[in-house]
Amino acid sequence: MASFKTNRRDFLKMAATAGGGLFIGFQWFSCDSPKMKVLSNEEILASAKQFNAFLSITPEGDVVIYSPNPELGQNIKTSFPMVVAEELDADWERVRVVQANLDLDNFERQVTGGSGAMPHSWERLRRAGATAKYLLVSAAADQWDVSYDSLSTEKGQVVHAASGRKINYGELVNAASQLEAPEDVRLKDPKDFKIIGTPVKNVDNKAMFTGQALFGLDFYREGMVHAMIQRPPFGMKVKSFDDSEARNIKGVSDVIQFGENVAVVGTSTWPLMKAKKALNIAYEPISEEESTVNHDRIFRDLLDGDQAEIMRQDGNVDRAFQGAAQIVTSEYQCPFLSHSPMEPMNFFAHVKGDKVELVGPTQTPERARNEAAKLLGIEPENVSVEITRLGGGFGRRLRADFVVEAVELSRILNKPVKVTWSREDDMTGGAYRPAVRYRFQAALDASGNMIGYKLRGAGINAGNTTRQDNFPSGAVDNLLIESVEHKSHVTTNAWRAPITNFLAYAEQSFLDEVAEVAKKDPVKFRLDLLARAKTEPVGEIHYDIDRMKGVIELAAEKSEWGRDSLVKQGFSVYFSHRSYVAQVANVVMENNQPVLKKIIAATDCGIVVNPTGANHQVRGGIVDGMGHAMFGNLTFQNGSPKQKNFDTYRLIRMKEVPEIDVHYIDNGIDPTGLGEPALPPTGGAIANAIYNATGRRLRSQPFIEQKEFSDMEIKMERV
Amino acid sequence: MANFNLKINGRQFQVDVEEDTPLLWVLRDHLGLVGTKYSCGIAQCGACTVHINGEARNSCVTPVSSLESDEVITIEGLSEDGKHPVQQAWEEVDVAQCGYCQAGQIMTAAALLKSNSQPSMAEIEDAMNRNLCRCGTYHKIREAVALAAKK
Repeated sequence: MASFKTNRRDFLKMAATAGGGLFIGFQWFSCDSPKMKVLSNEEILASAKQFNAFLSITPEGDVVIYSPNPELGQNIKTSFPMVVAEELDADWERVRVVQANLDLDNFERQVTGGSGAMPHSWERLRRAGATAKYLLVSAAADQWDVSYDSLSTEKGQVVHAASGRKINYGELVNAASQLEAPEDVRLKDPKDFKIIGTPVKNVDNKAMFTGQALFGLDFYREGMVHAMIQRPPFGMKVKSFDDSEARNIKGVSDVIQFGENVAVVGTSTWPLMKAKKALNIAYEPISEEESTVNHDRIFRDLLDGDQAEIMRQDGNVDRAFQGAAQIVTSEYQCPFLSHSPMEPMNFFAHVKGDKVELVGPTQTPERARNEAAKLLGIEPENVSVEITRLGGGFGRRLRADFVVEAVELSRILNKPVKVTWSREDDMTGGAYRPAVRYRFQAALDASGNMIGYKLRGAGINAGNTTRQDNFPSGAVDNLLIESVEHKSHVTTNAWRAPITNFLAYAEQSFLDEVAEVAKKDPVKFRLDLLARAKTEPVGEIHYDIDRMKGVIELAAEKSEWGRDSLVKQGFSVYFSHRSYVAQVANVVMENNQPVLKKIIAATDCGIVVNPTGANHQVRGGIVDGMGHAMFGNLTFQNGSPKQKNFDTYRLIRMKEVPEIDVHYIDNGIDPTGLGEPALPPTGGAIANAIYNATGRRLRSQPFIEQKEFSDMEIKMERV
Repeated sequence: MANFNLKINGRQFQVDVEEDTPLLWVLRDHLGLVGTKYSCGIAQCGACTVHINGEARNSCVTPVSSLESDEVITIEGLSEDGKHPVQQAWEEVDVAQCGYCQAGQIMTAAALLKSNSQPSMAEIEDAMNRNLCRCGTYHKIREAVALAAKK
């Protein structure tokens, strides 16, 4: 069995306290079962004994598990507590889950991003449960005067097999909470897991399905005012504005300019939506026009220019390309994308002297706190952050722009304020997936071996547009990866699977182009490269070759790769955020139109903590990747996106989603995240299948707007 | 401003708002019924779906003045304690990811099953296609509507 030192930061001993301030401001969303007596918050408050930051137990045996990370649909609020409950051997029916507030004393990394929560917290969560279990068993051993090792646990009880005695955890909490927490704690052998690996249902189901207040936009406070804000187009500033019409709208109490923003303030939302439209604001440019036409010109300049930064260089690419039997060159481009979570941006702020109360949907509560403190020039400790459920995020809520403006307005108005973004504000207000263009080049020898590989990525506010140490790096003797960035006023941010959400599509499409020239099967081509990387690695390798090979082989097997000549298949594989996903798309030609029938996915994320949650993330990632590859497009003119709402910014709908088969590698490795890794391979699998079906290569997104398909419709099949 | 009498979830309410105020904002800002969600405001996503006289309607484009003796049902009033067959099916299938669109999805599904208790998969898709889910729970929604039809 594994043994770990207890981390004192996670295990502040709080014997016989009731949790105190930790509970304040929490809302309760229990997964209460009809079999148990449902206690009120106050009853829990009065009696629960806190064992560590993650865990309290009442004398009645109710187990309260705090979930520190923001929940935006990745199911962390269910899967984290499952891990704690597993090692505690809790009765899941008696578990209540509480969303923790920002609490830097007791938790680390209260962030939702990078698919990083589970790998970061896996051991910490297990230790939290195992430590409490150790104390409970020790208390039972004392009470019965038997040895610790003669006892076992099951479903919230300590059991003495020799005498047949059993005792509920609740009856032990007073004694157990007086004991000293151990330095070392034994963790379960994964083969003994009873909760992990089972399809535990989302702990917020009942609240979500009966319309209880859960999300940031659902937060109302007596005496608060509502505000909506007109933000400037990118690369513009306010020249002048006339707010007389807006002020005449009933329900509008104030119009306030702060910086380049103009806020309308009132007692309810609808008058503000009207007032914002009634603001007559003139803007003037502070830079060259931000437009898609200009951006396209910038991409060409960057790809042909000499400003690119070398990210990785192996061997001698010039010599390889000079001596090549064949050279393949191809370019791929993607547009800006909006995150467009279903819940638009919003936040509540109440500045009270040198203190601030924040409530709302954020992926980074610590950043919200720090930026609020910075704005006001106060200590970060003076800012509290209550984390609501997030109606999606996709990376948009990693920023704190929507928090800071609420803080600023609350300071100006000296009132509690909730700022609500309309859908149009959300879509035009920035922080997009950056637009990127890639140029790939491959050199092949006379036998079709890839002896040289070049990639230059050009991005607009994209940072490093490459993942230079990812596959196929390590498998090619002569390799050059470069990146070049144009700085723009259009704000960008991480968008689900940052960079790789498009890079994977471009790279996996290009590798199919190379495989075709090399006259190799796409799956075999990839496996040959991996075999090369395994036997004669070139430079550093940052992916696990065997795990990548594993998902390739599983996807090929489950998709019956290449066996049915009427089904045109496309392959794609990608490693991102510590997990490996391979996908096959099946396309059939019907009436001379390519019809997407099915996507088969093989995933290696180590131990699958919750199969329902994992399936959700894999299917959801594929639907997301597919929808945006097919339809997603933000085009700019005069500093603003032309698309401002879902009538022109097309999102994928039910009828457009094909059957998706999901498979996992069962290898018992510690779990890695799944919020992002299933998305990157999808576009490439679809584009490769469509190429194999039609002979037409999709090199830009969105697919439906490519001129190659002006005479053809890509159809998506209903199941 | 004017007074409007509304019948919502079987109860009478009176609100004093501008006549163009959408039902959505009356529910959320004035009556505290926040289960009905704002997302697009232009009847494109279905997050704000309620029942008006038993039919699924977008409350974001339904002015309060257009409602007279109409019966409005919101997610909060769909059933006692979440026991409507659609809500039960949603729980059994464990449909949600972020959950923000799900109240609207449930209301659309419940209206479908009220008018067509045994819909085909194509009919389910026709009805549900008006509701967006950004997380991509469409497979689960299909499964849950089909399950609810069996209840």
